[in-house]
Amino acid sequence: MKLIHKFIKNGVPIVLDVNSGSVHVVDMLVYEILDWYPELKAGDIELKLENKYSREKIREALEEIKHLESIGQLFSEDIYDGLTASRFGKNVIKALCLHVAHDCNIRCEYCFASQGDFNSGRLLMDVEVARKAVDFLIKHSGKRKNIEIDFFGGEPLLNFTVVKETVDYGNRMASDAGKNLKFTITTNAVLLNEKIIDYINKNMSNVVLSLDGNRETNDRMRHFDDGSGTYDIVSENIKSFIAERGEKSYYVRGTFTRYNADFSKDVLHLADMGCKSLSVEPVVSEKDKSYAIREEDLANILSEYDILFSECMERMGTDREFDFYHFKINLDQGPCAVKRLTGCGAGYQYLAVTPEGDLYPCHQFVGDSRFIIGNVFDGIINAEIPETFKAAHVYNKPGCRNCWAKFYCSGGCHANSYKLTGDINSCYEVGCEMEKKRLECAIALQVIKKLKEEKNDQEVS
Amino acid sequence: MKHIKTINGSSLSKSVEKGGCGECQSSCQSACKTSCTVANQECENK
Repeated sequence: MKLIHKFIKNGVPIVLDVNSGSVHVVDMLVYEILDWYPELKAGDIELKLENKYSREKIREALEEIKHLESIGQLFSEDIYDGLTASRFGKNVIKALCLHVAHDCNIRCEYCFASQGDFNSGRLLMDVEVARKAVDFLIKHSGKRKNIEIDFFGGEPLLNFTVVKETVDYGNRMASDAGKNLKFTITTNAVLLNEKIIDYINKNMSNVVLSLDGNRETNDRMRHFDDGSGTYDIVSENIKSFIAERGEKSYYVRGTFTRYNADFSKDVLHLADMGCKSLSVEPVVSEKDKSYAIREEDLANILSEYDILFSECMERMGTDREFDFYHFKINLDQGPCAVKRLTGCGAGYQYLAVTPEGDLYPCHQFVGDSRFIIGNVFDGIINAEIPETFKAAHVYNKPGCRNCWAKFYCSGGCHANSYKLTGDINSCYEVGCEMEKKRLECAIALQVIKKLKEEKNDQEVS
Repeated sequence: MKHIKTINGSSLSKSVEKGGCGECQSSCQSACKTSCTVANQECENK
């Protein structure tokens, strides 16, 4: 299906051609013509707009639209449907999420892992399971050179010895197999100290550190067993971490709930604390929870993204600039079409491993035994699950097929859909609206940045 | 062109020619762990 999406951000009319990925800045004449084109004929469009624009200008604009159409940058054909079968090929596992600890040292109200133990009792992964996981990954990674392991929990630093042993073993095995194994870690930052920070900076290519925003926001949801908040310890630890991290990748990652639907203040709090890479995300939870985001919160949440957009604009090019994960987008060198169709790869490229060695489609499904795919000792036992996840792409999701955002979100998070609709092939509509808003902001920021750079270049020359 | 300024050409359709090597990062490992924005991932095969 030929699809375009047009929107105005910060006074700039922007048109996206969905199938080609082309992005255009247009004037209001073209913007209005696109309300009628291509359904109406040129003469009829002239009649619609002749009170506002001269016929000569309307014809001129129509010629430009037709030119872009002829070179495949507007109303371009959908050429990807066939790729879904031909390019996905054999299942190759390229990333594992290792749940090294089903235990946690804090008690977050919204924890999808039931305060760390995933409803399975507190358990640490032993080194044998971790080694088997490494072997499993290398064995199933086919010809892929780049493979990944994320240390996750619960809280992975509660099992730091196994983290270190896995890194040593993984590096040895990957080197023998000619692979490039990257390690990442997701931590609540409570146990960070100088020694651990040093180790992480030497060994982890990316680090995700959890903090929700200011003290009030964070401590309402993230507290210790005795009820005291984690903000003071965690914020200090994160500052120490950032000071040592240098240019290497990290994200400070927060969750917002309906208690802080005005979350832009929390994002800016973290940015002003010195966190340059930020990801603050809507809570994923069943609808009946008091903190769950409701449809009635949506308008407010969307306006919060507008506030963040304005802040990003204002801070662009200054030392107060920060990266907001969902406003980051690479218009010309982003992922290829195949990647956009495969999405996150959960269930067949990316799997989660429990402390016992069970394999699940991703960390969000852990604990729901219906989703066990196999284990690191015997490999894949239920091959039907990977096939189900592989088939859950935008051409098979009814809500995605005709959506302009489908090549940007790739159908969204399977777990999100499952938790809120009971089906990985359905769309969680509130989530979709948030995603579309973030994408408009992301595209507009890139457009405005490019226009600014061009203006600066012209001034210099 | 007087009315349209192209910021980005047909990068997505062109990516079909050489895409699909699978060497890129797994999306969910990168930052979010709950929601997926594939378009902010980098291509490893530029």
